[in-house]
Amino acid sequence: MRIGAMFQRYLFLHRRSLIRAFDICFWPVMDLLVWGFVTLYIQEAAGGPIAQFIVFLIGAMISWDIHYRGQQAVTISLMEEIWTRNLTNILIAPLRLWEWIAATFCYGALKVAIVTVILSLLAYALYTFDLLRLGWMFIPLAGNLLVFGWAIGLLTAGLLLRFGYAAEALIWGIPFLIQPFSCVFYPVSVLPSWAQLIAQCLPSTYVFEGLRAVLREEPVVWTLWPTILGLNLFYFALGSAVFVWMFRRARATGRLGRLGQD
Amino acid sequence: MDRVSFVVNRGEIVGLLGPNGAGKTTTLHAILGLLAPTSGTVHVFGSSPLTQRLKVLPRLNFVSADVDLPSNLVVAECLHVFAKLYGMRNVRARIDELVERFELAGLRKHLVGTLSSGEQTRLKLCKALLNAPDLLILDEPTLSLDPYMAQKVRTLLKAIQLERQLAILHTSHNMQEVEVFCDRILFLHQGKLLAEGSPREVLERFKGQTLDELFIRVATSGELFEVAK
Repeated sequence: MRIGAMFQRYLFLHRRSLIRAFDICFWPVMDLLVWGFVTLYIQEAAGGPIAQFIVFLIGAMISWDIHYRGQQAVTISLMEEIWTRNLTNILIAPLRLWEWIAATFCYGALKVAIVTVILSLLAYALYTFDLLRLGWMFIPLAGNLLVFGWAIGLLTAGLLLRFGYAAEALIWGIPFLIQPFSCVFYPVSVLPSWAQLIAQCLPSTYVFEGLRAVLREEPVVWTLWPTILGLNLFYFALGSAVFVWMFRRARATGRLGRLGQD
Repeated sequence: MDRVSFVVNRGEIVGLLGPNGAGKTTTLHAILGLLAPTSGTVHVFGSSPLTQRLKVLPRLNFVSADVDLPSNLVVAECLHVFAKLYGMRNVRARIDELVERFELAGLRKHLVGTLSSGEQTRLKLCKALLNAPDLLILDEPTLSLDPYMAQKVRTLLKAIQLERQLAILHTSHNMQEVEVFCDRILFLHQGKLLAEGSPREVLERFKGQTLDELFIRVATSGELFEVAK
């Protein structure tokens, strides 16, 4: 009931705010339009093997948004309570931390589902890109991107608890710190060797390599999966540990109560 | 805080007083489990609000001038969410009862952010009474209210407090309000408990005409009172 209550709390925000409802789709749709039309232009100008690029770019763009939404759902939900000075009310309710986090995960998953459907339909209409060509492989790939997004969201939320408003820029910045090393739009081999080392430590890198392999209709590389799952488990545990640690630090220093009233 | 120790009994309104920086909010946050004490223990209903949150928190609630309700929800949604968080069963009936009592029935579909100060305070009290708490903690709840609205809120609270034998821990800088509203007061200064007793007892013991006078004496003269036992 408590998870449902917090899930409803975040859903209610969109009930009468067209801007909020619009905001769910606006940026991903704009990205899709810009990336898609740029790629079409390059495709027409260059032809040949370049023609495949639009498939990779659109698929990557839609998939990257899954990770981004997952992270944002956790961090924006926390910031929502801080912005509205409602955080103390949440913290003094008989709500376990994990229940609150679970509600943000559910909220994120719902937003991801809505945006993915909209982007898929738009990509098909504009660029004849069919997300369904990924087949059932899309589900575990997308699922792992979502979990990684949640993990980064927990890490960012922990930093928000510790540093408050000063860390607000991290909400928007951290995903874009990860993006270049996740090799969203290009293979790992493109990166310099030092950057490849970083890339190999991120589960998203392997997800996007797997995505490109599927789009090239290559056989599924099953050996990637233990690495993806293992790294996701690691980052999820790390994100959870940082969040809990920062929460306890904020409580020990009295910051928790002040954060809810600033 | 320095060896602050007190009890709030059922059916009692206790005023926690002191100048800015005395430790009032720190004390409240420790009771609410928002702050971990560096030494000593906090027990609410015999349990720790830090380690036994789910035993304590369903039985208390909190209203503060510095804590708002989500401004981007309507009144009904806001109360619905909190009713569910506190595990209420007859949510609709409970909300109806409270909004009627606090004269908010006509504002159910209004955004919380569009309510006046008085309406927001009454809404905060509605939310705080949803779970029929045994302990209500009020941190300057009438701070932004005009005298008429403040009196109205106090009258409502007093009526509910008597009906339910509710324990209230109340902070305020309005000493006239405290003299009328509180059964017992605790005077804090620089983290120490300086005085404890009913307003009349404290005035008699420390030779003050009004609590305002005692407050100013504590805050400005540096004169220390004996710790009351």
